[in-house]
Amino acid sequence: MDLNLLWFGLLGVLLTGYAILDGFDLGVGMLHLRARSDVERRMFMNSIGPLWDGNEVWLVTFGGALFAAFPHAYATAFSAFYTPFIVLLFALIFRAVSMEFRSKRASTSWRRGFDVGFFASSGLATFLFGVAVGNSMMGLPIGPDMEFKGGLLDLLPPYGLLVGVLAVATFLMHGSIYLYMKTEGELRARIHGWMWRTFVVFLVVYLITTITTLVTIPHALRNFEEYPWAWVVVVLNILAIANVPRAIRGDRPLYAFVSSSAAIAALVFLFGMALFPNLIYSSLNPDWSLTIYNAASSQKTLGIMRTIAVIGMPFVLAYTIVIYWTFRGKVELGKFSY
Amino acid sequence: MELNVLLLSRFQFALTIMFHYIFPPLSIGLGALLVIMESTYMVTKDPQYRAMAKFWTKIFAINFAMGVASGIVMEFQFGTNWATYSRYVGDVFGSALAAEGIFAFFLESGFLAVLVFGWDRVSDRMHWFSTIMVALGALFSAIWIVVANSWQQTPAGFHIVGEGLRARAEITDFSAMVFNPSSVHRLTHTLIGAYILGGFLIMSISAYYMLKGRHLEFSRKTFFLGLIVATLFSFAAPISGHFQGVTVSKTQPAKLAAFEGLFQTGTGGTPLTLMGIVDEKNETLRYEMAIPGLLSWVVHGDASQPVTGLDAFPKTDRPPVAVSFYTYHVMICLGVLFAVLCLVAWFFYWRKTLFTTRWLLWVFVFAVVGPVLANEVGWVAAEVGRQPWIVYNLLRTSDGLSKAVGAGQVFTSIVLFIVIYIFLLFLWFSVLNRKIKHGPDDEMGEVDPRRRRWSWIDAAVLLSAPDGGSLTDGRESTDRKTR
Repeated sequence: MDLNLLWFGLLGVLLTGYAILDGFDLGVGMLHLRARSDVERRMFMNSIGPLWDGNEVWLVTFGGALFAAFPHAYATAFSAFYTPFIVLLFALIFRAVSMEFRSKRASTSWRRGFDVGFFASSGLATFLFGVAVGNSMMGLPIGPDMEFKGGLLDLLPPYGLLVGVLAVATFLMHGSIYLYMKTEGELRARIHGWMWRTFVVFLVVYLITTITTLVTIPHALRNFEEYPWAWVVVVLNILAIANVPRAIRGDRPLYAFVSSSAAIAALVFLFGMALFPNLIYSSLNPDWSLTIYNAASSQKTLGIMRTIAVIGMPFVLAYTIVIYWTFRGKVELGKFSY
Repeated sequence: MELNVLLLSRFQFALTIMFHYIFPPLSIGLGALLVIMESTYMVTKDPQYRAMAKFWTKIFAINFAMGVASGIVMEFQFGTNWATYSRYVGDVFGSALAAEGIFAFFLESGFLAVLVFGWDRVSDRMHWFSTIMVALGALFSAIWIVVANSWQQTPAGFHIVGEGLRARAEITDFSAMVFNPSSVHRLTHTLIGAYILGGFLIMSISAYYMLKGRHLEFSRKTFFLGLIVATLFSFAAPISGHFQGVTVSKTQPAKLAAFEGLFQTGTGGTPLTLMGIVDEKNETLRYEMAIPGLLSWVVHGDASQPVTGLDAFPKTDRPPVAVSFYTYHVMICLGVLFAVLCLVAWFFYWRKTLFTTRWLLWVFVFAVVGPVLANEVGWVAAEVGRQPWIVYNLLRTSDGLSKAVGAGQVFTSIVLFIVIYIFLLFLWFSVLNRKIKHGPDDEMGEVDPRRRRWSWIDAAVLLSAPDGGSLTDGRESTDRKTR
């Protein structure tokens, strides 16, 4: 079997896992300031308290797997995105710290500071992920030596910013649905309204982004001619999105959550479809693009890693299920909460 | 002034890794101790051990969060600042990193949630299992990252493919890569350092409680447990250090020469330097104090055969001597100090005054700084001693940089890292301080006397403090708010 293709697929799985799982906790972070009281804020934080760290590991493993399977793509992308990634790191550090330290002191200004920090870092991280995806869709100025030839401003094109906004809108919707599942009473009734509003915002941004992509990035559609079955995913994506309001109306939050997760998974898939077989598309000359073949590690390494993944992934899935099962149900503030 | 990308990137790497490396040894050391505490609870069903495990879990969680936050920086940084290096080593190094992600990180982060939030959600047995999983996760992390580092020091199981700028290392033999000449000894030594730190950390906080007359029973037992672990590993450290020294002499002779400040090869037996002042300009060691012939004996098993000095290597291939020499010697002095401190504590234990000797307890309150420092300088010695190579004898550090990154970008990120790390340190101290001031919950609870079993820790503590030996004339657990 084609190991390069396998690893492209596995990276897609890791990215999908990350987007679905960290997606809801980043969303909760962005909604954090909408909570009215200290108790509500603690409810928000504790709804993701035991889970966010494990969710972020999907990103860490994605990074590790990219490094291992496609070292050239890892090296080129990370050095190209130097400044945005450093900012992203600070956002991730700040988020971890805000969550961990916010409720450790009673002082209002201490808590207020971390509340704002938690909100801002969640929003910034989400936005930067979107910008990175947008840039990858458009392609980067990559030279024949696989090195990035642009400057910082090349990383902030309008399309990149638009995808950044789409990421924010998606995770806001996803996070609201998650919170709706985890809360009760009056707070839950308020969150019901947020689900609707964030869904409408998401829908608008999604449509704008889709049209812009179709018009301005023709190379994103190449693969659909070659692999017409991919249209199935497009249809699934639309159905999943359409299912969100239906599930909300029927008051079936888990169903809504599954639908928004499926919509996110389909979007990640379409992103992969737009890139394939490239990892980083060169906007200077398509021949200079980094592909899953010219940027890859040796077949031997890809094979060793396949073995590692085959042994490791069942465990990862097993503990993810155990942890989510242990912390199922509504959030309660207890002695061990944040 | 023109800024040099190489120097800036090295500085940033040193800054971020040294900050990060405060935390992983704490997690590894404390993780193992948590397993001992909770296992003792599982056997004795004595709620005191549950309270003990709960308290140390809180301390563990704060350190762990800091480790995660600062650790993600490391993974990004290979790509952001050292792109050429990443291209060169990706094929070899990547599989170790991927294994770390899949085997270690998911294990740790998943079960940590049960550890911290799960006390009243899962059974005792499940909690105990989770503690073991987290401790194992921390261990697996150490294994894979030390394997990757060791491969940079003593590359094995690979071949070079491509030429010039396109050249890179590709794996030929996975097990030879994992068990490269230095990985086992390096891993052992790293873990020993972490366990010494774990022992000293819990001794430090317990000593503080004893001095304040709080939680006496809890802190005596914890202190005793810490002392056992610290003693065992303080004596294991020089043994493992010896094996590492022998490996270095065979695989990286220039590094050993730099550690010893050995500029000239000389004739006859080479002495083992105890202390001295490095004069790199004149290539000599001033005020040297040394034991004749010992280094030769350690390296060759023959006190009269000379050990290779730095003069055997071209100037461009020599590591910076002063930093290597001092950090290496500071590490050794600290190691000796730990063993001596533990022996002193045992002497007082034997005299039955360990828990009441105030000066000694104060020494232990501050002694925890020692292992933190020893772990840091040990790694500085290992990494600086490898210079000017990023992958020993294959790739120079100066060739490993990112081509797309300029000095201005790195300078800005360094400034930001310094600001945010100072802030993090402040937060860490402040929250740790609160947790320590708050102390463990006095969770006595009723134990069915038929089910209760005494642990060896109870017995050992009782041996040295049969009358309770209170520091504050019986005013136990006066929760004096010092603030």
